[in-house]
Amino acid sequence: MTLPMIGAPAARTTGSPVLEIRNLVVDYGYGDDRVRALRGVDLTLHEGEVLGLAGESGCGKSTLVYAATRLLPPPGLISGGQVLYYPGDGAEPVDIIRQPERELRAARWRDIAIVFQGAMNSLNPVFRIGRQLTDTIAAHRPEWSRTELDGRARELLTMVGISPERVRSYPHQLSGGMRQRVMIAMALALEPRVLIMDEPTTALDVVMQRQIVEQIVELRERLGFSVIFITHDVSLLIEIADRIAIMYAGEIVEDASADEVYRRPRHPYSRGLLRSFPPLHGPRRELEGIPGAPPDFRHLPTGCPFAPRCRYAFEPCRELDPGLGETRFVESGRRVACHLHDQRADLVPAELAVRG
Amino acid sequence: MNDEPAIRADSPEPVPALDARGLDADPAASRELPVLAAVGLTKHFPVGGVGGRGAVVHAVDDVDLELYAGQVLALVGESGSGKSTVARLLSRLYVQTGGQVLLHGAPVTAARGRAFRAYCLSAQMIFQDPFASLNPVHRVRYVLTRALRIHHHRLRGADLEAALRGLLERVQLNPERFIDCFPHELSGGQRQRVAIARALAADPEVLLADEPISMLDVSIRIGILNLLKDLRDRLGIAILYITHDIASARYFADRTFVMYAGRIVETGDSESVTQRPAHPYTQLLVRSAPDPEYLGVQRETGAGGEPPNMVRPPAGCRFHPRCPFAAEACRVLTPVLMPIGGGREVACWGYATRDAGGVDNRPSGLALPNLGAAAAAVHPVDPSEVSQ
Ligand SMILES: Nc1ncnc2c1ncn2[C@@H]1O[C@H](COP(=O)(O)OP(=O)(O)OP(=O)(O)O)[C@@H](O)[C@H]1O
Ligand SMILES: Nc1ncnc2c1ncn2[C@@H]1O[C@H](COP(=O)(O)OP(=O)(O)OP(=O)(O)O)[C@@H](O)[C@H]1O
Ligand code: SF4
Ligand SMILES: [Mg+2]
Ligand SMILES: [Mg+2]
Repeated sequence: MTLPMIGAPAARTTGSPVLEIRNLVVDYGYGDDRVRALRGVDLTLHEGEVLGLAGESGCGKSTLVYAATRLLPPPGLISGGQVLYYPGDGAEPVDIIRQPERELRAARWRDIAIVFQGAMNSLNPVFRIGRQLTDTIAAHRPEWSRTELDGRARELLTMVGISPERVRSYPHQLSGGMRQRVMIAMALALEPRVLIMDEPTTALDVVMQRQIVEQIVELRERLGFSVIFITHDVSLLIEIADRIAIMYAGEIVEDASADEVYRRPRHPYSRGLLRSFPPLHGPRRELEGIPGAPPDFRHLPTGCPFAPRCRYAFEPCRELDPGLGETRFVESGRRVACHLHDQRADLVPAELAVRG
Repeated sequence: MNDEPAIRADSPEPVPALDARGLDADPAASRELPVLAAVGLTKHFPVGGVGGRGAVVHAVDDVDLELYAGQVLALVGESGSGKSTVARLLSRLYVQTGGQVLLHGAPVTAARGRAFRAYCLSAQMIFQDPFASLNPVHRVRYVLTRALRIHHHRLRGADLEAALRGLLERVQLNPERFIDCFPHELSGGQRQRVAIARALAADPEVLLADEPISMLDVSIRIGILNLLKDLRDRLGIAILYITHDIASARYFADRTFVMYAGRIVETGDSESVTQRPAHPYTQLLVRSAPDPEYLGVQRETGAGGEPPNMVRPPAGCRFHPRCPFAAEACRVLTPVLMPIGGGREVACWGYATRDAGGVDNRPSGLALPNLGAAAAAVHPVDPSEVSQ
């Protein structure tokens, strides 16, 4: 389904699905030590879309994308669900979860590429940047000559705004921001259709962060790939994402266009997150943050996992986990997991019922 | 209104350059003596390794700042610009290469002895990482008891219990629930509260908070800032708040100082500095910060260039290689902080030509930069500008 983008610029339209995550369940560990980190997540990435994934530390953002690409480190275990990848050209989707290992390895980086959390520190310190880029490409393009590989490495560096002579630099000779760009260049080496970035700018200065974000937006426009962008910084996401999924305790609690999340949050947690950031411009307002502490996965309450911290919680919240469903206002393309939006509930508090 | 930065031409409500805060924050403060002050504070670290002989990192150069009772001063700036080094110099974790630290106007010199110990108690540091700053083998009770006894050696029994209780209550932690916890049983926000309680045990006059919230979850950051605000207001503590996040400086700090490459390049009340940044670097910083109000609006931030080499910092204005306005003077002469009125100061040659409230140390014979529409208003405003 395509989403109506209220107030979003025309360029940000969404196409057909590229990646469809269905009811994904992930556990860490076995037996009594088992922690259920993802509890049935549904999420769709559309063609050409920037999908933002936000939520507190430990809510399962990394787990979600690593599970969806089968890169989950042990003791992580996918216990259920499907991840459908649509190859484009109208071909049948493949379920990544059930794909044979060999096919998976060939497809990885070509179809879906990932920039891992903290990746800029994972460059090998003893090899030049150029060598690390050419090795990545050569693994998938064994037929390419040295010259072709080298040319492509230089082209990739130029693409992310680094001078091509830098192929001769070692990682320590680059700033943190430049190393992060090298990682992005590496991810784009095989022109993937989906680029997943896990906290790509978190360790960086705001000016550097801005440079990288502008670069990603520009490359997306030029090359047309889809992006999943993970960060805990909702204000950054609102700026760059077309759509935002907010996670809490291993579930998605709100999924809507960036503009709607910002102007009309429907879930109390989404609103709390937004109200945790002091605004840089406009009127100074009182900030409340969110009371209580982030949840402990081993001792999740029954009912809505957010209930203990929610100022609007009422009886059903402590008994039944609200699934992700339509909002009370039946807005197309929006989903929210909150009992306040149950038609039988009396009232949605005014601040979560903003219309128009 | 021609003279405002062009950054937010769409801003719905103009911010008065001299709002109430701006007016009373500075002159009122300057009447009393600062609790803690830095004068010409400088720190150079020797560079080790091959070929590094004699070379130094210019971490902090010629920094002046004053911390007043009951006020928060924010220090913002690029990574590596020297913010933490300033805090460490003020807390005497480092010894300066040049300049002075003054406590109630008296230089802090001794590196040991009673005076030095008294000093260390009056200026307490709070670090970025509450996970690393609390020893995992000690319960909250032990951590706080030890901190209290440094100050009150004989504290025992009911008095000690009452003091422990008081400390935890001041940081809004329930004493019954938390006093016997180990650090690993606490959330990040709770740990940072314990770290603040530990600092408060010494009855400090100054808190030096180096990125106290950047490692914490977004949802609990505001709680910690509100707690520090409360300590400022109720106990009259002076706070140095170091941050990357200029929006939180606006929210929390009375005054904001901006550092670039070891130097302070702009000072003023937080509202003016964030809403009408004067220095080209501050303007870049403000433009680069995420702002949801820009949703869908394409903007050129001109975010470019690379952080400077701190071993051989650029001559003249250290920002000149990245500055869109740089002119001849910028490449040769180091701009000092020049007052632009309203208690604000800017170290940029672009403000040297402005006579009204400006300075008269214009370098002769060198071309000065023209900031044009990006220049912040200088007060008192030149009558010719008002008439436009
Ligand atoms: N190896 C592991 N063993 C047990 N639990 C784990 C493991 N890795 C992650 N978890 C748990 O799974 C949950 C989700 O972790 P995940 O790393 O996906 O969170 P995140 O949203 O990416 O957080 P952050 O913002 O800190 O990166 C956390 O509560 C975490 O404690
Ligand atoms: N102990 C040290 N020895 C040598 N150089 C140092 C030392 N501490 C800091 N520096 C250097 O001094 C400069 C200023 O560092 P500082 O940590 O004060 O910056 P900062 O503004 O706090 O940065 P950040 O925002 O990243 O914390 C940097 O170039 C840093 O590499
Ligand atoms: S105009 Fe000159 S003095 Fe001002 S910031 Fe730019 S380079 Fe520095
Ligand atoms: Mg993560
Ligand atoms: Mg620092």
